[in-house]
Amino acid sequence: MKSTKTILTGAALSLVAGSAFAGSHMASEMTIVSWGGAYSKSQLNAYHDPYSEMTGVTILNDDSSSTAVAKLRAMNEAGNITWDVVDVEAAPAMQLCDEGLAMVIDPDTMLAAAPDGTPASEDFGDMLVSECFIPQIVYSTTFGYRTDLVGDTAPTSVCDVFDTAAYPGKRSLFSVPINTMEWALLCDGVAKADIYDTLETEEGQDRALAKLDTIKDDVIWVSSGSDTPQLLADGEVIMGATYNGRLFSLIEEQKQPVAMIWDGQVMDLDGWIIPAGLSPERQARALDYIMFATDTQRLADQAKWISYGPARASSAPLVGKHADLGIDMGPHMPTAPENLSRAFLMNYDFWADYRDDLDAKFQAWLAK
Amino acid sequence: MAALTVISRKPLSFVLSVTALLGALLGVLMGMSMGNAPLGLIAGAAITSAVAYLGTSVIPEERTARYGLIAATLIAGLYFFGLVGGLTGALWGWFLGWFIFWLYEGRYRARLHPYLTPGQVLWHFTFRIICGLIFAFLIIPIIVVMPLSFNAQDFFTFTPEMLRFDPAGYSLKHYNDFFTNNEWQRSFKNSLIIAPIATLVSVSLGTLAAIGLSQSHVPFKRAIMAILISPMIVPLIISATGMFFFYAGLGKFLEYQLGLDKNLVGYMKVVLAHAVLGIPFVIITVTATLVGFDNSLTRAAANMGANPVTTFFRVQMPLILPGVISGGLFAFITSFDEVVVIMFVGSASQKTLPWQMFTGLREQISPTILAVATILVALSIVLLTTLELLRRRSEKLRGMSPS
Repeated sequence: MKSTKTILTGAALSLVAGSAFAGSHMASEMTIVSWGGAYSKSQLNAYHDPYSEMTGVTILNDDSSSTAVAKLRAMNEAGNITWDVVDVEAAPAMQLCDEGLAMVIDPDTMLAAAPDGTPASEDFGDMLVSECFIPQIVYSTTFGYRTDLVGDTAPTSVCDVFDTAAYPGKRSLFSVPINTMEWALLCDGVAKADIYDTLETEEGQDRALAKLDTIKDDVIWVSSGSDTPQLLADGEVIMGATYNGRLFSLIEEQKQPVAMIWDGQVMDLDGWIIPAGLSPERQARALDYIMFATDTQRLADQAKWISYGPARASSAPLVGKHADLGIDMGPHMPTAPENLSRAFLMNYDFWADYRDDLDAKFQAWLAK
Repeated sequence: MAALTVISRKPLSFVLSVTALLGALLGVLMGMSMGNAPLGLIAGAAITSAVAYLGTSVIPEERTARYGLIAATLIAGLYFFGLVGGLTGALWGWFLGWFIFWLYEGRYRARLHPYLTPGQVLWHFTFRIICGLIFAFLIIPIIVVMPLSFNAQDFFTFTPEMLRFDPAGYSLKHYNDFFTNNEWQRSFKNSLIIAPIATLVSVSLGTLAAIGLSQSHVPFKRAIMAILISPMIVPLIISATGMFFFYAGLGKFLEYQLGLDKNLVGYMKVVLAHAVLGIPFVIITVTATLVGFDNSLTRAAANMGANPVTTFFRVQMPLILPGVISGGLFAFITSFDEVVVIMFVGSASQKTLPWQMFTGLREQISPTILAVATILVALSIVLLTTLELLRRRSEKLRGMSPS
């Protein structure tokens, strides 16, 4: 009884409040979906807080990026989209774009130009991998190892992960085919340039899984970026794969006895999409936010809190020192020259086409 | 039954072999943690049986032997592991001394029936050990997170500093994070808004349903009951999927047809969904209380001119109140702990504590979760204590009521 009264009072109050807000043409509250942890914190510091201060908009965080594709599909089916801006990787963004779940973005009219007037489409350049995707950072998936548990010769190559004789002990890998299968082929002697051609064939896929079979007993399979740092901190694994920003935080901020193997790092892009089908005032707000959050200075600012490289060419010279530690962030970026030379570029088109098939095959192999 | 049995000294061979067994067990555990189990086994057995022999046969007086043993283990612990090691060692020394003489003097039989065979005595103590292990199995996972929540590092790991009880290894920063971090505060506030309102809704509806179902003239009672408690039986994920689509439609209607505020609609959806999950608990507890309710009381009230509403609030409600309250507590905990339905039905502005904990666990390494868990465990203990006190009161009341 009391509750009905509460709800009715609430309803009456909100009707009054609702009509008061009806005048403005942009929504005053927005939900931004991201990855949580240090990454969300860097976005909070570099984008959300300045934007809220400037416009008075309340930004709500929803750390659901890991399930973004499934949730957006469900929301679309139910006709109730509660997200305004969503942070996703390049491959899911392409998938969402193909399914019509993300809005098409025109970089030159909807995104800010560089300070020197270079249009956004040139400033982002090759990073614009999908017409719905607004790139934000370049990150990489790479390996970290416990300096005190790997013996006298530290691992230097990604293939040391597959060498259980030289480096006995557990290693952690993501329980997804992306990156894992590429590394397996690379260490089975396939040249970097031929990896995706090999992976397209049935024999190539089996070859990758056969290589993984050789270390299967020594692998702890993880599903989230926070698992490997925890396992490394516990000493439960001697080496493991995770995002370079997580390893940076583990090494520099948490001071753990861990070092990185940049070799074979797989670079990927992360950025924003705006869900299709938002009401006009919410869409206007989302676009306004995107215009602000992906300008040259903002992208460079994010690197003060996390070691991911800004996606704009014009942001790179502006990257400075870590906000709290005062470390020069340049060398910790996956895009730093000495790291870049050992990198491996992910083929988004391949994964957009083969992801579902290989996921099924990989999970079946895992369960064997 | 106490002290029925005349106790007598036991043969040394018996004492030595049992203490050796205990020593071997402890030795294996120690040895395993140091990487050499067989050595631990032999050393443990040898040391404890030697101590038992010394204590019982060489040193003439029990008191001297036991204090001597405590002193020896204290010094050994201090020497090898520092202050904490010394204290732990002294505790083990006390226990070992007590155990040896408990066996040697035959004290273990003092409280047992004199006619029990050795096999029955053995089972008597084995049974108690098994019970102790079951308790430990249930409670240790909950206890173990508590010290970790005071970790000075950002990992779920016992650091060497923590194991040494070095104050530098401990900090309140995760509690501080919980009380200052916006996300945690917002989700805590949401939980405190959603859970009580959902509880109120489920208590009112559940109590009414239980009273209705207890009337003799209601047809299809069992079928109605089955439908009402189905949210408790159907797997949560299935309810959640159904609710997602149902409440999305309802939400759109409320928001666009009736023009209600988006956030208010969000809260209403979550509150209703949680109320549905809580109702079965209220129905079950209230129905159970109603079994002992004497319907002649309502007839007596009617006889004296009270209308049904007055009868309900003045006569029936006070008597079934304990059942209503414990049902309400269950409903509250259901909503407060719920993580599946909220992720389907809620949006970011309704993020509750369990949701925040879930994403925190998945996406970041933060012992703040452990700090929150510790706070929630404390809260649950308070709630369950209340529940138990109410149950006792209800029993007392039922004992007094005519039946």
